[in-house]
Amino acid sequence: MATPPPPPPLLVAALLLIILASASASVERADLVVTRADRRVDLTSHIVRVLTSLKVENIGPEAVSQVLLPFPNAQAKNLAAIRAFDTEGKVKGPSTLLPIEVVQPSGVPPELTFFSASLSKALEKGKTLHLDDSAHYLSPYPVKVQTLSIRLPGGRVESYTKYPSTKLADSELKYGPFEDVPPFSYSPMGVHFENNNPFAVAKEVIREIEISHWGNVQITEHYNIAHGGAKLKGEFSRIDYQSRPYIRGVSSFRHLIARLPPRAHSIYYRDDIGNISTSHLWSDSKKTQLELEPRFPLFGGWQTTFTIGYGLPLQDFVFNSVGKRSLNITFGSPMEEILIEKLIVKVVLPEGSMDIDVSVPFTTKQWQEVKYSHLDIAGRPVVVLEKPDFIPEHNLYFQVYYRFNNISLLREPMMLITGFFLIFMACIVYMRTDMSISKNSPSYLAKVQWDEVQSIIQKIQAIFEQSLAVHDKLEASLHDLSRSGDVQSCKAARKAADTQFKELAKELKPLLTSLQSSLQSYQIWPKVESLVAKERELQEKLMARHSTVVDSFEKKLRGQDVENRIATQQQKVAALRQEVESLLEYISEM
Amino acid sequence: MATAALDSLPAPLRSLRLKTKQQELLLRVSALALIYVLAFAVRLFSVLRYESMIHEFDPYFNYRTTLFLSEHGFSEFWNWFDSESWYPLGRVVGGTLFPGLMVTAALLHRLLRALSLAVHIREVCVLTAPFFAANTTLVAYAFGREIWDSGAGLVAAALIAICPGYISRSVAGSYDNEGVAIFALLLTFYFFVRAVNTGSLAWALASAFGYFYMVSAWGGYVFIINLLPLYVLVLLVTGRYSQRLYVAYNCMYVLGMLLAMQIRFVGFQHVQSGEHMAAMGVFFLLQVFFFLDWVKYLLNDARLFKSFLRITLTCVITVGALALGIGTASGLYFCFKRLSDATIFIVMYGLTTTIKNLTTLVRTKGKSPQTASGKATGSKAAAKGAVDQSLPFQHNAAIALLLGAFYLLSRYAVHCTWVTSEAYSSPSIVLAARGHNGGRVIFDDYREAYYWLRQNTPPDAKIMSWWDYGYQITAMGNRTVIVDNNTWNNTHIATVGRAMSSYEDEAYEIMQSLDVNYVLVVFGGVTGYSSDDINKFLWMVRIGGGVFPVIKEPDYLVNGEYRIDKGAAPKMLNCLMYKLCYYRFGELTTEYGKPPGYDRVRGVEIGNKDIKLEYLEEAFTTSNWIVRIYKVKPPKNRS
Repeated sequence: MATPPPPPPLLVAALLLIILASASASVERADLVVTRADRRVDLTSHIVRVLTSLKVENIGPEAVSQVLLPFPNAQAKNLAAIRAFDTEGKVKGPSTLLPIEVVQPSGVPPELTFFSASLSKALEKGKTLHLDDSAHYLSPYPVKVQTLSIRLPGGRVESYTKYPSTKLADSELKYGPFEDVPPFSYSPMGVHFENNNPFAVAKEVIREIEISHWGNVQITEHYNIAHGGAKLKGEFSRIDYQSRPYIRGVSSFRHLIARLPPRAHSIYYRDDIGNISTSHLWSDSKKTQLELEPRFPLFGGWQTTFTIGYGLPLQDFVFNSVGKRSLNITFGSPMEEILIEKLIVKVVLPEGSMDIDVSVPFTTKQWQEVKYSHLDIAGRPVVVLEKPDFIPEHNLYFQVYYRFNNISLLREPMMLITGFFLIFMACIVYMRTDMSISKNSPSYLAKVQWDEVQSIIQKIQAIFEQSLAVHDKLEASLHDLSRSGDVQSCKAARKAADTQFKELAKELKPLLTSLQSSLQSYQIWPKVESLVAKERELQEKLMARHSTVVDSFEKKLRGQDVENRIATQQQKVAALRQEVESLLEYISEM
Repeated sequence: MATAALDSLPAPLRSLRLKTKQQELLLRVSALALIYVLAFAVRLFSVLRYESMIHEFDPYFNYRTTLFLSEHGFSEFWNWFDSESWYPLGRVVGGTLFPGLMVTAALLHRLLRALSLAVHIREVCVLTAPFFAANTTLVAYAFGREIWDSGAGLVAAALIAICPGYISRSVAGSYDNEGVAIFALLLTFYFFVRAVNTGSLAWALASAFGYFYMVSAWGGYVFIINLLPLYVLVLLVTGRYSQRLYVAYNCMYVLGMLLAMQIRFVGFQHVQSGEHMAAMGVFFLLQVFFFLDWVKYLLNDARLFKSFLRITLTCVITVGALALGIGTASGLYFCFKRLSDATIFIVMYGLTTTIKNLTTLVRTKGKSPQTASGKATGSKAAAKGAVDQSLPFQHNAAIALLLGAFYLLSRYAVHCTWVTSEAYSSPSIVLAARGHNGGRVIFDDYREAYYWLRQNTPPDAKIMSWWDYGYQITAMGNRTVIVDNNTWNNTHIATVGRAMSSYEDEAYEIMQSLDVNYVLVVFGGVTGYSSDDINKFLWMVRIGGGVFPVIKEPDYLVNGEYRIDKGAAPKMLNCLMYKLCYYRFGELTTEYGKPPGYDRVRGVEIGNKDIKLEYLEEAFTTSNWIVRIYKVKPPKNRS
């Protein structure tokens, strides 16, 4: 199919099972013999997984504590993870993880990197891929019996290196058994096979975990994803892709699956230019599954970037233990089967966190930053962890320990409250202070005068309201008269009203003169004047009517006659009263 | 409360009156606050229904420049030469735009940052227009109060808050000049009217700055610089010349002009071009009036003054006024021609004419009812007039009138909200349709294509497309375009039009000469999206033919008819645009019961189903075929 360009190296993970047959001791190679080596290489996905089972026997006199596991350098630099398990003798059971370190013993070929464990590597090209390796297990020790089996993804096998004992059955390629191979024997072997599975490779993932002690852990992940498989040659054809998706589109990937923790909420999926509407979400009590479809299908060599974000409940991930808090969360991305060339995890702790400690189950580059977010003054401490070549095997829990005082939680609300308080205070101060620069400019003087006029008007209004209240009292006394017939008290009421009217008039007089003399009152003065006149007239009419009623009561006239006598007066009073009230209203509206 | 009520019993009127005043204030402030919120909230339909995104075409340019401004600072922005558009010519961005909008958004962003609110500039841009619309209601209130009273101000504010013509230009995401310019426009008018009413230099200064802001924000400032002189002229003609007017207009005109000339896009046009002449004429006319006043004062004798006037000035004034009238008329004509959205213009025009009616002439009560403050003052005046009468019959009539007005206004509010949500809140970059099962189907093809360009083409790739998509490609695709919506160079556009309407080999030469790497076309034949390039194609032919006579429109028509089916003109069936739109479309069945290659927009089966491309290859087509991108192949080796 496609011609192979220079093959991009792909990451390889190796799992090694070492069975120590005899008692371990402490010398370098020499005396160890590998009695049996079985290697199983899994090439079905873009992460090559190699499982090597070694049965090691110590034939020397001294105890050996180290087993050397050499790798060709080309493979070693693509090695993402290496783990060694140890099973004593034949006992099957929980295997223990052996510590592994890089060593460089003297007198070995420089093309080899030594671990205290092993592996292999795959190369891919076009839609077809190559695996180059040794048919013999590369070992510093003599190997008695060894086999190699390679699991292929199915489909066509272009070519493979043939040795006498090579079998290809279904999708499994078997080499060996080879017997009695000396140390460091290397017999080149290659498989060229077809793999149309899409290879999702993230060039960089930035995962930001932001803790808020108001109850949320916000996770934001920025992805830069490429299809790491065979590059698309020739044109992309929508019609082919659309009408025969499983033939033409088989090497593209349409979607990624992210398995988020249960109770994840507020999930979003967007990129630099906005929301991406092609995603689906399923959730149950165990997990939340998010299916993300990029804006366009990714063919070989195409790439895209996007961001997903979600919130998690705080109590599921942050714990409190003796004064210290700890975040316990998985390190890697929730995407399934994704290879990340560079993963940066940023843990953003709340402002005011101290004594920060990180514990990660593998080595990472670490440093600290400061992030400024909403309402921050000192900024939030950020722990940054960088890990190259991240594969799902690394997706372990890690912990961040820190101290945080709950009182710091109140800082931001208090800041807001203070801010608003200050704004309102400033408003009040502004409204109450005299900000004018010149105290004798005409407009300022006019304003001062106008204020005076207004205060006078208010006083005048108050007086008129009082006198209206007196009017009401008079009316009430008439009413009482008709009920009780007590002429004396009625007369007394009239007298009291009269004195009150006089007092009020006395109070009113200076106000009126000062109002008249004010320059600003030219508009309102005529109204006030007519108000005064009308009110006086109203007073007179009221008194007149009052005396008429009382007179006729004393003369014991019939109710009907009284009515007739005061009917005209009554109408006048009512009209006047209305006029006075409307004038008052008008003045108050000025 | 209870005790207060008890206390008020002996003198009920007194305490009640104080209370009504306070209540009125409270009511007014809360009504205004509600209007403010309403004006903002009613513009958020698009954010709720779609997302917080920039709409349409021009706003993408504004957004891109704002981003540039906030990242690189003002002086970089002012001197920005954009090499990503109009390849290979480039564009002097700083000198060819109105920077008001971008500066406003960048300042708002910086302010929010200073208040330690970590918001993205995009959110600021999206919400700038609604924010300013809300502020406009405050200005409308102040304006209404200045002209009539606070009640009228409130109604004016409410009406402008939901006026559909304004909403259509200021929904969230419609990040365009009008968003802030209408605010600036009203503000300038308000300050000016206030300056005329008070004769205060401070208000005149404020109006000059309002005018400067308007000039920096929108080309529609020409409207102000013609309307204000017109207003002043009306005042002069009606004999209402006063010292206040003189101060207000002179200060506003002189300072406003000097300030406006600082905007590079305006510059000396302000004193040179015809549409600004009316303002200058009125300025000189005012000096004449002032001079007359002065002479009158000096002569101190009415008879002497009259003869002086008759002899020296009448002829001058008539000549001047004639020239002025012509100037104003042409300026107004320009306004009409220039403004794209007539609705805003009519509202603004109506509003300002009402203002003139109100402030200059006697307070007549018959005003154009379709304008905001006209309506406000009209209904209020009517109601008041009716209530003043004491006859019961008229009282009932007033109530009926009030109810009627209330009914109409509430219907109007409902209508505005409906129109906003249905018609004005679509970002037009994301298309939504109803699926057959009633659910909403979203066509996000534009962004799909632009993002593809951004991610999977070389960073220096040049994209050729019709100019409509230029701003979007540079903003979202981050790639260089040949032409864009700032249609400043007709020849360049015509070259693209010519390439699109030529045969593939001829087009290839043109594309090679322009360094084109990708060609982007918009095609709606699969989805029935009708504003696609095939429907715009005749314009490409016309514009191309306008500069290059080789392209002739009749070649693409059959008997004057535009066809794409079997009966189409042979040139049509083989031109680049046709080929790119319909490449391999002939194999696709778009509608059940129709032959393959059935174009759902034109409603016909296409005429050329066997399209072979020689110099281009399909690079990407979006999921609904709306955007198709082709790669221009490198030249062949010589054999």
